[in-house]
Amino acid sequence: MKIHEYQAKALFGPANIAVPRGIVATTAAEAEAAFTELGGDLAVVKSQIHAGGRGKGRFKEHPEQPGVVLVRSAAEAKEHAERMLGSTLVTIQTGEEGKQVNTLFVEQGLKIARELYLGIVVDRTVGGPVLIMSSEGGMEIEKVAAESPEKILSEPFDAAQGLFPYQARKLAYALGFSTKAVRSAEKLLPRLCRFFVDHDCSMTEINPLVLTDDDELLALDAKVSFDDNAMFRHKSLLELRDLTEEDPAEVKAGDAGLSYVNLDGSIGCLVNGAGLAMSTMDLIKIHGAEPANFLDVGGGADVDQVTEAFRIILSDDAVKAVLVNIFGGIMRCDVIVEALLGAYEKVGFSVPLVVRLEGTNVERAREMLKESGRDIISAEDLTDAAQQVVASLNT
Amino acid sequence: MSILVTKQTRVVCQGITGKSGLFHSQKCREYGYECQPGVDVFVGGVTPGKGDSDVDGFPVFNSVGEAREKTGANTSMVFVPPPFCADAILEAVDAEMDLVVAITEGIPVMDMIRVRSAMKESSTRLVGPNCPGVITPGVAKIGIMPGYIHTPGNIGIISKSGTLTYEAAWQLGRVGMGQSTAVGIGGDPIAGTSFIDLLELFQNDPDTEGILMIGEIGGTAEQEAAEYIKSNVTKPVSGFIAGQTAPPGKRMGHAGAIISGGGGTAAEKMSAMRAAGVVVSDSPAGMGDAMKEAMA
Repeated sequence: MKIHEYQAKALFGPANIAVPRGIVATTAAEAEAAFTELGGDLAVVKSQIHAGGRGKGRFKEHPEQPGVVLVRSAAEAKEHAERMLGSTLVTIQTGEEGKQVNTLFVEQGLKIARELYLGIVVDRTVGGPVLIMSSEGGMEIEKVAAESPEKILSEPFDAAQGLFPYQARKLAYALGFSTKAVRSAEKLLPRLCRFFVDHDCSMTEINPLVLTDDDELLALDAKVSFDDNAMFRHKSLLELRDLTEEDPAEVKAGDAGLSYVNLDGSIGCLVNGAGLAMSTMDLIKIHGAEPANFLDVGGGADVDQVTEAFRIILSDDAVKAVLVNIFGGIMRCDVIVEALLGAYEKVGFSVPLVVRLEGTNVERAREMLKESGRDIISAEDLTDAAQQVVASLNT
Repeated sequence: MSILVTKQTRVVCQGITGKSGLFHSQKCREYGYECQPGVDVFVGGVTPGKGDSDVDGFPVFNSVGEAREKTGANTSMVFVPPPFCADAILEAVDAEMDLVVAITEGIPVMDMIRVRSAMKESSTRLVGPNCPGVITPGVAKIGIMPGYIHTPGNIGIISKSGTLTYEAAWQLGRVGMGQSTAVGIGGDPIAGTSFIDLLELFQNDPDTEGILMIGEIGGTAEQEAAEYIKSNVTKPVSGFIAGQTAPPGKRMGHAGAIISGGGGTAAEKMSAMRAAGVVVSDSPAGMGDAMKEAMA
């Protein structure tokens, strides 16, 4: 689960992680007032979306307007806010469709001496969390990794014990910090690592982490996402979820206990099992068409779930045919066909449906499909299924 | 011989009083009887607080330690819900089970990190979580896979997936190749057993003559396995990677199936595996043929 920058910074406060002062604004008038309240002669007005690259991003409706902008007066803040709010920001991370900006964060301007990169992720090879830092702040870390990997410092730490001060010093010395900055790092870095573990984060990225003129470390940006599997123990964090940032079909699917990802193609898929579902997408592509979605109906394909799955798939206008690929193990194929036929009735199909079933009671299941009198195409194996569904696009 | 699950395997199910736990314990017990008539492979279950009771002929114990002591079980199959599962796994490890197979999907990553840390000095093998389990066809199965799909034979399967593994076993059956053991390592980013762990076991198993690796996008486990194969595996290996069409940054069902920072793509895994001499099928429909080709 992702959250906005302003929400992440609000969580950093109680964790003693230093951030600049900032105020949320959802109207241009609020942006204006925020500038005044912050005092000072410099502020930054930042679009709040669940994607990075906002500074270089531009708005569809106002192509000259950046997603993050420095302002020197309350009036300027208001002017920019007017253009930003309600407009669509396109960054390299949002894709061409961009994301609508509904919230701004107005932050105090700072005297920045240096910009660094900091990230914390779980490293699968190490089997635990790793703190990553780089002198190349404000840049895309993947680019740095590709062009100058030696500039990336990585320090695995123990989840239970946290980051030790000596580890913080190790990184700080490697980054050429002054004595004062090293002391700041000894405080901040372990706190960020503790934050990551305590909040069950899947990623915490501060880009840039800045050293002020005063040699203090501050998180100028904050990108935080949480492990979906852990949300059951973070009810208060769940409240930070912004549904407007998520694909509505994916949200609906999640509510129904289905795993669904919207894609660009024309062949809808309904499969049991994530690996088989990904493979079904791959299979369609190999046979010359594009999948419209990923959908894992899971181990319990009952009428309600299959119905909801069909509804979600068919709510995508781009879908011109549907492929059902079920390998029934403990779940019997005839039970699945009952669910399929029930759902088929409820939903009303107007596109070709190809069903490939294998597993327990498959013969009985195929008979049921034939006897149903429905225009459902039965496939023998994966290749047959793919060929038939792709061919059905031309009928 | 096969690996992990043998004629000596005796299993208790943690979470046996739950719907899934009981259902699959019953199915596994049935399969055990079919394979080894008269032998009780599945000998009981554990649910704290329900000890001294019995469910469908399975004695239930309060703790894994007690279950082990009273039944001689050496293996645990874990069907405990995500909030309590890591704790259940650690309990089985503490009771010195030889093998723990964790079926549960949805365990927080941080919990699995803690489990792995706690298991560092342990000789217990953990398979999973978020996996279909382990089956040695003709001997026993620990998990949710349909027994009849797998025929006894000499191919070892290592897979991140559930139903895709059944598809593979079915395809292998169609070209006359059964399995020595099929192991689901699961779809989570942090797991108990890796491709490399099992490649080593299969390489050293006299009953295994060929190995099929089924991977997915996300992480570098398959790439690391490919490196390992270069210098350590002489038996023929074939493979398939699911997710060639997966978009970056999206979690494709499995918690570990996500392309992040440009890394963990199917293309890079397939390329690494091919460079190690693995016969990789481009299509999921070609897993059986790929194994046949590798064995030729």
